[in-house]
Order: sequence, then C-alpha cells, then structure tokens
Amino acid sequence: MRILIIEDDREAASYLTKAFREAGHVADHAADGEDGLAMALDGPYDVLIVDRMLPKKDGLSVIGELRAAGRETPVLILSALGQVDDRVKGLRAGGDDYLPKPYSFSELLARVEVLARRRSSAGAPETVYRVADLELDRLSHRVSRGGEDIILQPREFRLLEYLMKNAGQVVTRTMLLEHVWDYHFDPQTNVIDVHVSRLRSKIDKGFERPLIHTIRGAGYTVRP
Amino acid sequence: MRSLLSTTAFKIIAAYLFIFVLFAGFVIGWLGFATQRQLTDQLTETITAEVRGLAEQYAIGGIRRLVDVVEERGNRPGASLYLVATFSGVPIAGNIGDLPSGTLGRPGWIETDYRRAGESATDRPHRAIAQVFGLPGNFRLLVGRDLEDRDRMRDIFGRGFRMSLLVALVLGLLGAYFVTRRVLKRVDAMTDMSRRIMDGDLTGRLPTGGSRDELDRLAGSVNDMLGRIEALMAGMKEVSDNIAHDLKTPLTRLRNKAEEALRGEASDEAYRTALTGIIEESDGLIRTFNALLMIARAEAGNQREGMGPVDLGEIARGVGELYEPVADEAGVTLTVAAGPMPVTGSRELLSQVIANLVDNAVKYGRVEGQAGEVTVTVAAEGTEAVLTVADRGPGIADADRGRVLDRFVRLETSRSRPGSGLGLSLAAAVARLHGGSIALGDNQPGLKVTLRLPRSADDPRAAIKT
Repeated sequence: MRILIIEDDREAASYLTKAFREAGHVADHAADGEDGLAMALDGPYDVLIVDRMLPKKDGLSVIGELRAAGRETPVLILSALGQVDDRVKGLRAGGDDYLPKPYSFSELLARVEVLARRRSSAGAPETVYRVADLELDRLSHRVSRGGEDIILQPREFRLLEYLMKNAGQVVTRTMLLEHVWDYHFDPQTNVIDVHVSRLRSKIDKGFERPLIHTIRGAGYTVRP
Repeated sequence: MRSLLSTTAFKIIAAYLFIFVLFAGFVIGWLGFATQRQLTDQLTETITAEVRGLAEQYAIGGIRRLVDVVEERGNRPGASLYLVATFSGVPIAGNIGDLPSGTLGRPGWIETDYRRAGESATDRPHRAIAQVFGLPGNFRLLVGRDLEDRDRMRDIFGRGFRMSLLVALVLGLLGAYFVTRRVLKRVDAMTDMSRRIMDGDLTGRLPTGGSRDELDRLAGSVNDMLGRIEALMAGMKEVSDNIAHDLKTPLTRLRNKAEEALRGEASDEAYRTALTGIIEESDGLIRTFNALLMIARAEAGNQREGMGPVDLGEIARGVGELYEPVADEAGVTLTVAAGPMPVTGSRELLSQVIANLVDNAVKYGRVEGQAGEVTVTVAAEGTEAVLTVADRGPGIADADRGRVLDRFVRLETSRSRPGSGLGLSLAAAVARLHGGSIALGDNQPGLKVTLRLPRSADDPRAAIKT
C-alpha cells in the first residue's frame, strides 16, 4: 500500500515514514500543503495522512481541493486539535477519519489499513460476512458458527459486524468505541475489553480455533 | 471646568436648554403679540363708537354742538381723547393740550405722541391711537385713546421674556453643572477603578450608587463580567498549580523509567519492559491532559456551538449499556431508569460526564465483601432535568463533598488506584457549560451524585431526536 504523509514536522514525518516502511508499506512525504496537494493529485496513493496545520496551505484546504478535483483517495486527518467539533469540521471538509495527536502508531496503522481496505472493497456492500466457519448475515441479523446459531445482543451483533467487516485488519478499542458506540471520548475503564471478552465467550467458547484475537498494544482482529 | 463642558451629559443638557429657551421665547412672544393686537382692536372699536356718537351730535347741531359735547365728554374721568381745532391747529375744545405739528393734517388712523391739556411742554409726552377727521369749514376733529395700558402690557411681556430667559439660563446651567459633575464624579470613579483592575487588582469592582440607574446597571454588568474573569483566572491559576504538582509526578516517573533502563543491564527484554512502562505512563499523561483540556474548554464556554437538542434519558441508557458488562464483572448491579428527557446540550460531553460518574460508582461504590448496587435515574423536576447516579458504597464525608469537585482532588491519599481526580471536576465544568449544576449527596448509605440541567422548552423535536 502506498501512503502519502503531508506533515510539516520533519521528525514526526520521518518517524512515520520509517514506521510505515517497517509495517510493509510505501510512504512518501510532503512538507507543506502545496507540495502535498501536487503529489496527491499526481501519484497513485492508497491513503493520505494530512496534518491540519500546514505551511502554505492548511490541511482542510488541501482536502477540499483534492475532493474538488474529483479524487476519492481516503484521507486520515492527523491533528493536535482533537475536540469533537474539530473532528466534525475535519470530517465535513472531506476527511474519512480523524486522529488527534498525540497518537500511538499502532492506532494510526490500524486506521490507515482499514481505510485502504475499505477503498479496495468498495462496490456492492456485502450482506454476509464470513470468516472460517463463522457467518454473519447483516440482513437477517443472524450469526452462526459451524452451522449452529449464536444468539447475540444487538450491541454484540454490531461489535462483531464491525470486526468482521474489517476481518484480517487490526481494529483498535478507540475505533470500536467510535464506530459501534459513536463515542469520541476515552472511558477511564477498559470497557471495550469487557464487551469483546463477552462476545468472545459466545463466538469462540467451545471451539478449537479462536477467531477473535487480541493484538497486544493495539486492539483486536478477527481472522481464521 | 473644561472637562465638565466637554462631557456628554453637559452637551445634552445645553442642547435641551437651547430648545427650551426657543420654545419659551416663542410662547411668550406669541402671547405678547396676540394681547397687543387684541388691545389695539378694542381701542379702535371704542374710538369708532365715539366717532359715531360725535357724528350724530354734529349732524344735529353742527360744530357748535360738537364743541359742547367734546367739552362735556373730555372732562369725564377715564375719558377718551378729543380735540376740535381749526385748520391751522389752534385748539377750540378737547382735553389734548399739545400735538406734534402736522398731526391734524392727515385724516385717518394715526399713532402719535401728545400732551394733555394743562401739561407743560417739559412733561413727558404720552402715546395715543387716534382717528382724524376734516370737518366742513376747515375744522379738524381728533378722537383717540391713550396707549399707555397697551404699552405697559407690552413692556410687561418683554420684561417677562427677558427674565424668564435669564432664569432658565441660570437654572439650566446650574443644573447642568451639578448633574454633569455628579455623573462625571461617578464616571471618574469607574475609570479609576478600571485602571486599577487593569493594573492587576482583579478583586476590584466598579462602584455602584444603589439607585439602579443606567450607570448602576452598566457597572453591575461590568462587575459580573469581572467576577467571571476572576473566577476563570483563579481556575487557570489553580490548574497550573495542579499541573505543576500533579503532572510532574508522572513525568518524573517517566524519566526515571528511561534512566533506570539505560543504567541497568543492556538486555532486549529489560529495554522492552522499560519501554512498555514508558508508553503506559505517557498514555496516562495524555489522558490527564485531554481531560484538562476538555475542562478548560468547557469552562471557557466555547463549546456551545456544538450543542443541540439531545435526549438525556437516551444518553444515560447508552452509557448504562456500555458499562453494564463492567459492572457485572465487578459484582455490581447497574440499573438505569431513564425515560425520554429532552435537553439542549452536547451528547459527547454529557455521555462522558455520565460515563465518569458511572465509572466512579462502579469502582468505588461498593463495600468490600458485599454486592454493589448502582442506580442511574433521569427524572423531571420542575424546569430541570435531574440525573442521579447513586451507589451503596462508603460515600463521601460531608466535609469532603465540595472539595472533590475541584481539579485533581482524590480522597485516597495514597493515589494507588487508577484515575486522575479530574472526573468530577469535568462533570462540574460540563454542568456549568450547560447552565446546570452538580451536587454530591448522601444516599444513606452511599454516594448520590445529582446532575441538574435546564429542560428544553417543550420542543417536540427534542423529544423525537435522540
């Protein structure tokens, strides 16, 4: 996957390019808004990571002009402005995801990978998600594993749905909180872990091969 | 004095005074003019009537009879003025002694000076209005009335006009002076005080006179503003003190961990452990920082723009659902009793506040060895929406209840349990931002936190939209 990082802080940018390369991706860097926009319009990038406060052209205008030029490249906004209204502003301007600074790289990587995957699988939305012998039917709201029905609470269903939609990708606790509960704050207790472990007890208990995996320091993933 | 003249109050009063004087002048002038005309009309009417009478007498008895009648009438008290003279002006009969020469030469209405019969040439002449006739045989007849009354009236009006002008000017200027000086004194006092406040004395307040006039109202609202600024400044100072005190500890721990790893054995495993510790420590710091920022923003009140109609009951149920498994694991029964309750606010901030309260209740609301019980209720009380989070834990002593709303206050002095001590102060800040309040009470036993928010005016959209 090819990623463009538009970020004026050189140290942060070189840290990011290095980390993305280590994670097996190609990362380019632009140091200001104008260069960034030119590169984004020019090159075939899978995901853009845009800082909001940039020299020459601020991040939101870069995204605005990119969208005006008809480019649908997924954009993750990375910003020190992290309040709810800042996020809303960023997403309205055409960003696809918003991560406030300071961030952890595993959170950023998880979000970028989910964004890129969503892009590649765009098209007709799937109605049935399958991972190994686990099946989730979005229309009939039925979940079964190995042919046996599993009864889930509505919230557990949405949790599993989001995990399976991004099967194979790491999904962080914050992403779950944002997408399943629509909360953008940090609960002091690790409530998400408890919800996932409940879900896990219904999905994986009694089966030889667990499907919900904990990724230490990052989050969760569903994979065979 | 110059500053007095240049004040707005003085200028306004001077303008009013000018308008008043113009008006008074107009009224007095008009009255004087109308009275004069009225009096003159009366005089000419009297003269015309006299003339008619004399003409009758003349018709009956000619000049001789006219002379007799004039003699007789001229001697009555308060008589009109009569003169029968030859063409050359030699008086034959009448009560007029002397007229300016040529007066009798022009028949018709005249106003003229005259002297009464018997007055000497040195006496001051009088004014009269008169009608002059030429009679057959070159005789002249003059019938007139003295104008003294009319002229006296005119003088009275003129004097009255000048006097009232003078009095109005003097009184007006004096009034302007005193009013302006009073206003100026108060404004000067306010200016002095605001200068002192600008110099850093934030406890200063503008003086008020207690009369609830416009200056008092202005001073009152400026004082309210100053109170708010003072509270904000005090909050800022408190936060920076607390940051200095409370954040330095985790920062030091962070640094210690790194140093310790560098000092110790150079094994990958040791480094890894140290780095994991450092990341955890910084995550804690970031969380504290975020909470502080959020409190600061909520207290600055600039998040109002993100507010809209929300359902407090729905928010409470959402948080309850989020925390239900956690409570379950902790052996706490979490009950949420919340119907629809429209309020105006931020779903995000209110969710976070309720989450903090429920989190606290689940963590601390349990006596060791007993099953816990946390109840969240949302109910209407008059114009307020009241949310309570109650537990059956040890509660908080009366003396500490006010204190725990302050930033960084943790009753557990060892600070060994997780948390920043910001949860309740965030709740208080958010409550204030929403125009509400938060209070801690006794649940007998346990702690009962009550969040009060103003209810939305019965907006049907508020009830539907969640």
